[in-house]
Amino acid sequence: MPPPPKALEAPWPTVSHVADRVAAGVAWTVALGVAAVLLWIVWGLLRGATDGEWGGWEWWEWIAQKPQKLGVQGGIGPVLVSTMMILAVCLGAALPLGLGTAVLLTETGATRGDARLARLVRRSLDVLAGVPSIVFGLFGSVLFCEVMGMGFSIKAGGLTLACMVLPIFIRAAEEGLRAVPETWRHGAAALGLSRAATLRRVVLPAALPGLMVGLVLGMGRALAETAALLFTAGTVLRMPGSLNDSGRALSVHIYELSMFVNGGEPAAYRSAMVLVGILLVINMLAAGVGRLGVRV
Amino acid sequence: MFERHYQFVDRAGAVVLRGCGVVSASVVLLIVGFLMWKAWPAATEIGLLHFVGDTGWHPTEGAFSLVAMALATVAVTLGAVLLAAPLGVASAAFTRFYAPRWVAGVYRRGVEVLAGIPSVVFGFWGLVTLVPLIARWGGGAGASLLAAVCVLTLMILPTIALLSETALGAVSGDSQRGAAALGLGKWAMLRRVLLPAALPGLASAVLLAAMRAVGETMAVLMVAGNVVRLPGNPLAPVRVLTANIALEMGYAYGPHRAALFLSGVLLLGLVAGGVLLADLLGRRERQAVRRG
Repeated sequence: MPPPPKALEAPWPTVSHVADRVAAGVAWTVALGVAAVLLWIVWGLLRGATDGEWGGWEWWEWIAQKPQKLGVQGGIGPVLVSTMMILAVCLGAALPLGLGTAVLLTETGATRGDARLARLVRRSLDVLAGVPSIVFGLFGSVLFCEVMGMGFSIKAGGLTLACMVLPIFIRAAEEGLRAVPETWRHGAAALGLSRAATLRRVVLPAALPGLMVGLVLGMGRALAETAALLFTAGTVLRMPGSLNDSGRALSVHIYELSMFVNGGEPAAYRSAMVLVGILLVINMLAAGVGRLGVRV
Repeated sequence: MFERHYQFVDRAGAVVLRGCGVVSASVVLLIVGFLMWKAWPAATEIGLLHFVGDTGWHPTEGAFSLVAMALATVAVTLGAVLLAAPLGVASAAFTRFYAPRWVAGVYRRGVEVLAGIPSVVFGFWGLVTLVPLIARWGGGAGASLLAAVCVLTLMILPTIALLSETALGAVSGDSQRGAAALGLGKWAMLRRVLLPAALPGLASAVLLAAMRAVGETMAVLMVAGNVVRLPGNPLAPVRVLTANIALEMGYAYGPHRAALFLSGVLLLGLVAGGVLLADLLGRRERQAVRRG
């Protein structure tokens, strides 16, 4: 779409001129305000995490240390390990299931039954994407902790997050698969490849950037989540021995430190800084990978 | 021979794919089912009228009124939406119509960063920055309805800004060029042509953001003070439904637990209805755009 042409300006000031100026002023003010608040938040976190002495905090040592006194002293070693284990369980469950569903939504649908199924799946994923995280927590604590007997465990937390991440990953993967030109599939069919081989050799490799975007977005969502983990993965601060142990994720650590631990604020600042740092890196990755796209 | 192998692989593959689809689609049903199952005793043992008619929320003493907390949820959401909707739409108009291209790019990236900040970090920032500020200026403890509204506004603003930008972009270029040909200024074009045309999309964006505010737990939990009371004074603490679940699930059992699940069902129903409505609005907009 070509950019819209500039409006013709009347040579004398009119009411609409004044209104135009005011509207532009409002738009700029709002934008500057939002930018200022963002800087305020980032600056506040940075200053809190470093106690005002820039570079005085050796974070690379801190993140590996064992926490002491409920996390007030020491680092976040076990918390990071728990976070990674929860993330691994989450992705391990959500990726295959989500990929299968995304392929179902894009690559099939020739028969009426498949089309109907696809419509149903899409509608329910839309609703799933809007379910509040605390409701996921309730659900996970019943299904995984109680009914399936996992108790408070990293496994239960990861699976709960998998349900949550599913719609995000599927949406991104679907977009990636749709970006693969139809002619490539026709070409593969003309060469006598089965649909499975077409998928594995042609479509999936071509859609890889889209799938990676989905993976990265899902990781971001899972790392940011707190409420769904409180009653599934639990809040135990020890180093987890296996997936059946309870483990405290980084986001839960921030919550516990700031709400229930006296003098936990400095450590909460640092944990928040680490979490935001990881998420920023992940966001940049998603933007970078998304730009790769399919080259036709 | 090869042909037969192909057919088998493809058929097996189709079965696997359908299985994935069915499992993915059934997650929502499972959530509804398990929540209803656990909330059932609330209807049979307590009786639904108690959740409206009881005096206050004292679940261990048999008083189960959710009214104060439901109204607090409504108040917090309404406040945040009333603040964030105009700001978000203005921010979308800024990136599309007022900012030079590079400024718009940098600004959009900033809004995306704001959108990516986890709710627990928003809550923490509100707790250590906003709550003391409110306590100093307004008196009281600082943890209050106002603090919750402020934090929620910041959280849903990026949602509204980014979705509104898409909605404004979807309005056809023809109407934009037509407005320009009529000599309309930017503001007149926005007010008379683009905003009305994008209205379903904007409404859908605001609705989705409102649903996010209703379901938000951590940020509100950390700054709202969590005293069960009717919302009124913005400087007084309130407790919303989500925060109540997060605070009490750890030790609730019996009817108390069922009551918490019932509030979960309530939240789920509200949000699912909102999302479907937003979806419908979005679809109407796409149709309108297609008709041109």
